[in-house]
Amino acid sequence: MNFLNTLLQRVLWAALLLLAVLVLNFSMMHLAPGDIADTISQSMGGADAETLAQIRSDYGLDQPLISQLGDYVGKVFRFDLGYSYFYNQPVTRLIFEKLPATLLLVITAQILALIIGVMLGVYSARNRDGWVSHFVTFFALFGYSAPVFWTGILLLIAFSLKIPLFPVAGMIDVTVEGGFIPKFLDLLRHMVLPVITLASIFIALYSRLCRASMMEVLATDYIRTAKSKGISDREIIYKHALKNSLSPVITLAGLQFSAVISGAVLVETVFSWPGLGTLALQSIIARDTPTILGILFFSALVVIVGNLLTDFALRFVDPRVRGL
Amino acid sequence: MSALLEVKNLRIELDTRAGVAPVIDDLSFELQAGETLSFVGESGCGKSMTALGIMGLLPEKIGRIASGSICFDGEDITKACDERLREIRGNDISMIFQEPMTSLNPVFTIGEQIAEVLRRHQKLGKKAAWQSSVELLDAVRIPDPKRRASSYPHQLSGGQRQRVMIAIALACKPRILIADEPTTALDVTIQAQIFDLLQDLREQTGSAIIMITHDMGVVAEIAERMIVMYAGRMVEQGQVDHVLNHPRHPYTKGLIECVPHLLATLTEERLELTEVAGIVPSLAEFGQDACLFASRCNKVDQQCLQARPVEQHFDNHQVSACWHADKV
Amino acid sequence: MSDTSNDGAKSSVTETNTIKARHPAADAISMFVKNRAATVALFVLILIVITGIIGPMVYTTDPFDMVWAPFSPPGQEGFLFGTDYLGRDILAGILHGTRVSLLVGLSAALMTVFIGVTVGALAGFFRGWVEEVLMRITEFFQVLPTLLFSMVIVALFGPTLPIITIAIGVVSWPAVARITRAEFLRIRELEYVTASRASGSKNAKLMFKVILPNALPPIIVQAALMVGSAILFEAGLSFLGLTDPNVVSWGQIIGSNRPYILDASYTVTFPGIAIFITVLCLSLVGDGLNDALNPKLRQR
Repeated sequence: MNFLNTLLQRVLWAALLLLAVLVLNFSMMHLAPGDIADTISQSMGGADAETLAQIRSDYGLDQPLISQLGDYVGKVFRFDLGYSYFYNQPVTRLIFEKLPATLLLVITAQILALIIGVMLGVYSARNRDGWVSHFVTFFALFGYSAPVFWTGILLLIAFSLKIPLFPVAGMIDVTVEGGFIPKFLDLLRHMVLPVITLASIFIALYSRLCRASMMEVLATDYIRTAKSKGISDREIIYKHALKNSLSPVITLAGLQFSAVISGAVLVETVFSWPGLGTLALQSIIARDTPTILGILFFSALVVIVGNLLTDFALRFVDPRVRGL
Repeated sequence: MSALLEVKNLRIELDTRAGVAPVIDDLSFELQAGETLSFVGESGCGKSMTALGIMGLLPEKIGRIASGSICFDGEDITKACDERLREIRGNDISMIFQEPMTSLNPVFTIGEQIAEVLRRHQKLGKKAAWQSSVELLDAVRIPDPKRRASSYPHQLSGGQRQRVMIAIALACKPRILIADEPTTALDVTIQAQIFDLLQDLREQTGSAIIMITHDMGVVAEIAERMIVMYAGRMVEQGQVDHVLNHPRHPYTKGLIECVPHLLATLTEERLELTEVAGIVPSLAEFGQDACLFASRCNKVDQQCLQARPVEQHFDNHQVSACWHADKV
Repeated sequence: MSDTSNDGAKSSVTETNTIKARHPAADAISMFVKNRAATVALFVLILIVITGIIGPMVYTTDPFDMVWAPFSPPGQEGFLFGTDYLGRDILAGILHGTRVSLLVGLSAALMTVFIGVTVGALAGFFRGWVEEVLMRITEFFQVLPTLLFSMVIVALFGPTLPIITIAIGVVSWPAVARITRAEFLRIRELEYVTASRASGSKNAKLMFKVILPNALPPIIVQAALMVGSAILFEAGLSFLGLTDPNVVSWGQIIGSNRPYILDASYTVTFPGIAIFITVLCLSLVGDGLNDALNPKLRQR
């Protein structure tokens, strides 16, 4: 079946990309200045001889580079991303602990940005001179130009400190008691500011694109045909035009996954959100190389999976993409 | 018997950079039930605007019906509300357009696009509407209609897409079908097929057809009456064989002479290719109180330049807007 | 136009109704000037550049000097923007930071454009396996989250300005490569290229003298936007603390004062405004360039 074929191709290519990331990781590890055993043990020559010897044998650092690379890749396939001497845990476990928090933030922000962006875009395409349309133009400009961490801090100052509406930091308040509902609400309260901050950049992008796309679609011949059939305005916008306008927006959303993760690193830092971003920063400060590289690999994985999902969403929306 | 469609003194205005232009300037005509009326003229003469005006599909904000009336079955639809117009569109009056390649929505199957108009106007259920659209695809001679109904427009050729447009337009058996240059974008061989199809279907549904074209050959083939347009104005109208035999306007005469085989068939002479010299006036020049064809006419005199020609009616119901109509 | 052999007698010959052919640059410039927002933005940018160059020379306070008590509010004691958590002058910090941001922004953008144009041009011109390989490499770089990737580079190779610039340049080029490739693909099919090839032009000449100049407009627009994004990038890195400890930069001021925003929010507001205005102006100028250089959009 055509679909399965394409799916297989894409998955194969994804695997190849991941392999390339691993090679990159490996190279960077070895290219970094200083003794690689030091780099791994994240000490600056302060580790004792025994630990260093251990590392050397663990990583086979006396072996030729190719076999080291082979070992490295093999380990990753078995879900072994190395060991963090700073946290004293396998890297894989560290990452999986922090991954859900980041995924929660990233996915919610993307979905929120898409929904609001599309709504704003559709509305302002119909009312080209209305205030919403002007808002979209300005917001697009500002949302892009203001550094995301600054936006986060400003929101923090406004809605957490000056007006204590939302919590200042963290993901959950461990002191909250009760069953599922209060804990869930507490999580939501913590999520509001970080998600809005992260989404703000992308709402700006998506709404502007959706408006342009919608305006283009509304001027097409097939919308004229729809009107000549006596279809209501509402149906023309939401049934006939919308599906056609979504393709570029979804494509853009897919391409932005990598940017969303980058943004998440900064947002997590501002709000002390316990995710991969915070972990990455801490690892960098602690010079915990295995963890840093593990996170890099993992985030590439998230981006690749995100791209694949977007591709399939596109096929669903636009039959021409299905290669029929 | 009153006409199915009566247009009286229609004036359609368009906002342009140079001001407001009367893209249709005082047009009057009638359409009887079941007849085929053809609008002829060069590009930019306003033929399509008339159609859009009847359908209520003038470009928003920049186009409007400034004055005059369009009476469909006794009802003046220039005064109708949006709701009423939407009831009429696709149902009593429908239209097919010039560009079949871009006139169908790429993300819906062709079966769905036909079924939609049936559900909207005839209140059919999903299954019944789908069934009917398969039958309609068969009627417009799309092979293997049952399977094809689930195809998407990009899987069809231009000719096939135009047939789908025809199916959509005729689905609700409209009283009037407006065809705006339906074959201009298609191969000549397909052209013949499409016109054949239209003729056959017309016999089945009894619809009147308004055929908009720039091709005199097409008019000769399928229309009963014709209206010649120039720069937003009617310059001649009448029964096709009368007009072709004895045109009463210099422009009509020129158009006919441009199509060699028309005259050859009628007079058996072989003639050189001719053209009507000059170009159509721009929108900014519309609406003047003078004959707009004057600059290209070989019979022009002072009167032509100073006053807009008054319509002259002849016994055989031919009408000409030329000061020298009886001398053509 | 006038007959050049008649230089002395200009008046008589040229007094005809010939249409003077305007140089396309003149056209573009006048189009740009019509966009008021873009023109204002350009002026502001020039002001910013001047401030960056002259500012620290005129206002000689060392941003690292602890000149007063910490958290002196803005406007008091002669400190326009107040002092930070260590008692350092924020205005001095912003002035010095201007240099850093502009320097890193421009150099990184230059690097990005250089790499991107090279990759895109080669891919779009030669097609075949060259294009395949180059585009796959581009895709690879696009998959890595840019900030994380550059964080890793800085972490492994040290937080110095050159490394930071390279880190930013090396991760941002895919977008430029794609645009360049798309332009090359489009232009190489145009007739004047075929004509040039038919008259025996060599590949290099075709690429540089024929195609590239015509591909420039979108590349220039993208370059302007790249400077903005490089500045944001640098701000992000320095906010996280991954900056050269010997320089003060806008992001770094925000980052180091972050624990104290409850009491001294102005410490983060002013540097943030600086970043915002600079990037905003670059975006507006980029938009203006887009309108001016891209003829297709002129009808809108």
